[in-house]
Amino acid sequence: MENKNIISKGKVTAIVGNLVEVETRGALIQNGICFFQHDGKEIMGEVIKTSGQTAYVQVFEATRGFKVGLDVHFIDSMLEVTMGPGMLTRNYDGLQNDLDKIDGIFLEAGSRSYPLENDSVWHFKPLAKVGDLVTAADWLGQVPEHHIQHKIMVPFKLEGEYEISWLAGEGEYQLSDTIARLKDDNGREHEVSMSFTWPVKKAFRGYREKLRPGKLFETGVRVIDTLNPIMEGGTGFIPGPFGSGKTVLQHALAKQAAADVVIVAACGERANEVVEIFSEFPHLDDPHTGGKLAERTIIIANTSNMPVAAREASVYTAMTLAEYFRSQGLRTLLLADSTSRWAQALREMSNRMEELPGPDAFPMDLSAIIANYYSRAGYTLLPNGKSGSITFIGTVSPAGGNLLEPVTEATKKVARCFFALSQNRADSKRYPAIDPNDSYSKYVEYDEFIAFAKREISADWIENIEFVKYFLIQGNEIREQINILGDDGVPVNYHETFWKSELIDFAILQQDAFDAVDCNSPLKRQKYMLEKVIGLVRKEFSFSDFDEVRDFFKRVINLFKQMNYAEFKSQQFKEYEAQLEEYINQNVTVS
Amino acid sequence: MRAKAFQKIYCRLNNITKATCTLDATGVGYEEMAYVQGRTAQVVKIAGKSVTLQVFEGTEGLQNDAEVIFTGRAPWLPLSAHMAGRFFDAFGSPIDGLPAVEGREYPIGGPSVNPVRRKQPSEFIATGIAGIDLNNSLVSGQKIPFFADPDQPYNQVLALIALRAKVDKIILGGMGLTRDDYLFFKNTFEKGYGQSKIIGFINTTDKSPIEMLLIPDMALAAAEYYAVEKNEKVLVLLTDMTQYANALSIVSNRMDQIPSKDSMPGSLYSDLAKIYEKAVQFPDGGNITILAVTTLSGGDITHAIPDNTGYITEGQLFLRRSSDVNKVIVDPFRSLSRLKQLVIGKVTRKDHPQVMNSAIRLYADAANSKTKMENGFELSDYDRRVLQFAEEYSRNILAIDVNLEVEEMLEETWRIMSKYLSRDEVGIKQEFVDKYWVES
Ligand SMILES: Nc1ncnc2c1ncn2[C@@H]1O[C@H](COP(=O)(O)OP(=O)(O)O)[C@@H](O)[C@H]1O
Ligand SMILES: [Mg+2]
Repeated sequence: MENKNIISKGKVTAIVGNLVEVETRGALIQNGICFFQHDGKEIMGEVIKTSGQTAYVQVFEATRGFKVGLDVHFIDSMLEVTMGPGMLTRNYDGLQNDLDKIDGIFLEAGSRSYPLENDSVWHFKPLAKVGDLVTAADWLGQVPEHHIQHKIMVPFKLEGEYEISWLAGEGEYQLSDTIARLKDDNGREHEVSMSFTWPVKKAFRGYREKLRPGKLFETGVRVIDTLNPIMEGGTGFIPGPFGSGKTVLQHALAKQAAADVVIVAACGERANEVVEIFSEFPHLDDPHTGGKLAERTIIIANTSNMPVAAREASVYTAMTLAEYFRSQGLRTLLLADSTSRWAQALREMSNRMEELPGPDAFPMDLSAIIANYYSRAGYTLLPNGKSGSITFIGTVSPAGGNLLEPVTEATKKVARCFFALSQNRADSKRYPAIDPNDSYSKYVEYDEFIAFAKREISADWIENIEFVKYFLIQGNEIREQINILGDDGVPVNYHETFWKSELIDFAILQQDAFDAVDCNSPLKRQKYMLEKVIGLVRKEFSFSDFDEVRDFFKRVINLFKQMNYAEFKSQQFKEYEAQLEEYINQNVTVS
Repeated sequence: MRAKAFQKIYCRLNNITKATCTLDATGVGYEEMAYVQGRTAQVVKIAGKSVTLQVFEGTEGLQNDAEVIFTGRAPWLPLSAHMAGRFFDAFGSPIDGLPAVEGREYPIGGPSVNPVRRKQPSEFIATGIAGIDLNNSLVSGQKIPFFADPDQPYNQVLALIALRAKVDKIILGGMGLTRDDYLFFKNTFEKGYGQSKIIGFINTTDKSPIEMLLIPDMALAAAEYYAVEKNEKVLVLLTDMTQYANALSIVSNRMDQIPSKDSMPGSLYSDLAKIYEKAVQFPDGGNITILAVTTLSGGDITHAIPDNTGYITEGQLFLRRSSDVNKVIVDPFRSLSRLKQLVIGKVTRKDHPQVMNSAIRLYADAANSKTKMENGFELSDYDRRVLQFAEEYSRNILAIDVNLEVEEMLEETWRIMSKYLSRDEVGIKQEFVDKYWVES
């Protein structure tokens, strides 16, 4: 930050927690950044409110030892990130410091590090030519970075149209080398390198338009892809009490989803969960490219013990990086665990500022903040006619597991997929604990998706999903009836329907995230299994009593589970399948 | 943390509440320690000249012309290898009648570990209790509380695990402990180990509850010293964190903060996370494992204290009395160890994850059958068999008084499953069933 312009100076007048009041002379920018000159270090903060010449600053680090009279320097920019090749595989904190570059075991106050390597060398290949007219985010060239061709773009901050007056030829360049000169309307030239900055709280709108998502975003999780599908550029959220499987599900998505780039924002949750990602991802294969998972992943870690104010920054940092990759025409998956912690950070600050509280003491504008954030995701048509996407899935941690609370309610209004985790399912180890009846995907009603499914999956895919969903509801109703009336209180064919819904539950909904094979089910396999299950469900049997029904389906379920554990279409898989067919045929009456 | 040659003295309090006092002072640092009429206090708010101090020993009997001495520094603790075997109060002063410990002075409540310097926990901690080792295996570097109603024997279980765990140091942070419980811990550990392994920071019920706010930071500063400087494996016991949270709410109420759910401060999550996240596996082999106690009221885990705790810790061990077998069990539904994946089936036998899940699923079936029975419905053959399974499983596996090796727990679970159920009904991977099913 040393190269930033100081626009005014001030002195601390009050301190409560990480909220500090500063008296200034000179200009102040709302959400502007400032630095406290504390103990020979610069501690960063953000102006969150101004009143006359008083700035209310949220400090991104501990304020221990701060005194009245401390010098503060305000600079001319908001919180920004620096973007360019070399971000993949990195572990950043919420302010985009590269955590690996910070020395020592502990994060001492004032530790900062640059997010990229200015002297890293990249093989640049031009994609534009001298004389082309370009605007922000247009592609000037590309450099290979792991599995992607990282696009070198016109800096996001350049407004209006420019003419390329010079462009570097193909060859090796350092990140900070000038690779292009762009001439504006006034004939002034701007030098462009391979990296640039952007303020995180501002949505980047350098795309032609946002389209309605309609292309399935494959996650390998059956209960999502088959029953509650999310789209490329879609939004979804996962609410659930603690221990219901939010993080495991997000990690599964990070591992398996059909994304080019995955950005994981660990927002106010456990440090060990981040450790899990950076310990395991370098060794795990990306199922889509054959590279390592770490190579498509960026972690933004602001864990629960890290400064609260930086928690808010972390989700914006993550979103901005996602916008950067989307502009390159990439399918970007953004995961945030947990957005409730971010809301709580907002609540802590708002309480310290003694603002009028909304429901549950959250800030009044919580809904608007959440809506605004979700709106930054999406499927976009880029200026060059190509497309890119940010698929966003956040978790929500409702207090006491009660979904009638402000963060869940605000999120429900804006996210299009609702993956509700149920305590009951988690307790009985029916993982992933996504409740089949409460959860939904609005995309199944989109004409865009319906057309996609008919074309790319199968003609009767949508009917199949509806059939299965309907069956699950029926099964659930019968379960309740049996609980009230007893096994004998309902006809045998009710038991048959109930057990068929159990089969759907065990064979399709449940999936073992920790089994090397079962954890990831490609769409082809999902389709095969779904059709197999539906085939059985449509058959009629004539059981003489409910014990017989149960014994039959227990065996069938067991065989389906063995199939799920076996490599698709392997010898073993086929053997279980043959056993299954034989067993069914012995019992079926009408097929 | 005793007073030293000092800087500034003031003698005029403008305002005194139950937990805080306010005075005009200058040059004071945020979170600095001070002494008010000899009582330890800490700066919690500065507004211009007005400084608010939280008085740990309480403000009862404070005079408004009390002498206030600022120490110029954040809270600290002298640390050295001589601490082993010693018991201290919330300020780090000995309560065992022995002289004070000299040592390097460490700030408490210090910075957090850079996440990329952490190592993934991987050492299994065997406790002999099957409800833990089999269903909710502990891993060193983990943080996990017992959720228990006040009448459950949580302190006994905590002591038992500490005695069985293979660690280098045990650090007890006692908050609102009765004197009896303090002596129980002291005697148990001294009998079990001699004195070399145990260190205690104790706030007993006869002291001010505000004092206990320092206990976790004291205990964890000592833990960091042993884990970082000596590469030791440290087990920290924090009991009872519910009392700690209540103390937090007393202070925040006095400071006119808007309370959130259950009158707890809005920052409860962050406050608790700062403590629990000190659990860590360091790269050089040292580690800190935190076993805590969160007492519940009437088993209610939706209350803000257990709820926030559950969102922070790596699982929870839920103790309750099972009426079926009349024993205290580790409830398999509400309990969870989030780090078990790192060891089960890897450090332990391959069939461990599946055996664990199947048995719990059957136990869940039994709970349904039980409801059926209670509602007066006829039980099916399967209902009867899972109920029998559940009873034997509760007695031989879930009860906290079992003491087995993990392999024995697995064998026993296979035995009970095989006794009452068919192979299809357990739904375990074929290769394991073929290997471990016990033919009758
Ligand atoms: N799909 C799954 N398969 C198997 N176990 C799971 C699955 N999802 C969750 N679990 C179990 O539940 C525990 C808690 O999951 P986690 O995602 O950490 O919960 P949350 O983030 O909702 O608090 C995990 O440690 C694991 O033991
Ligand atoms: Mg989680």
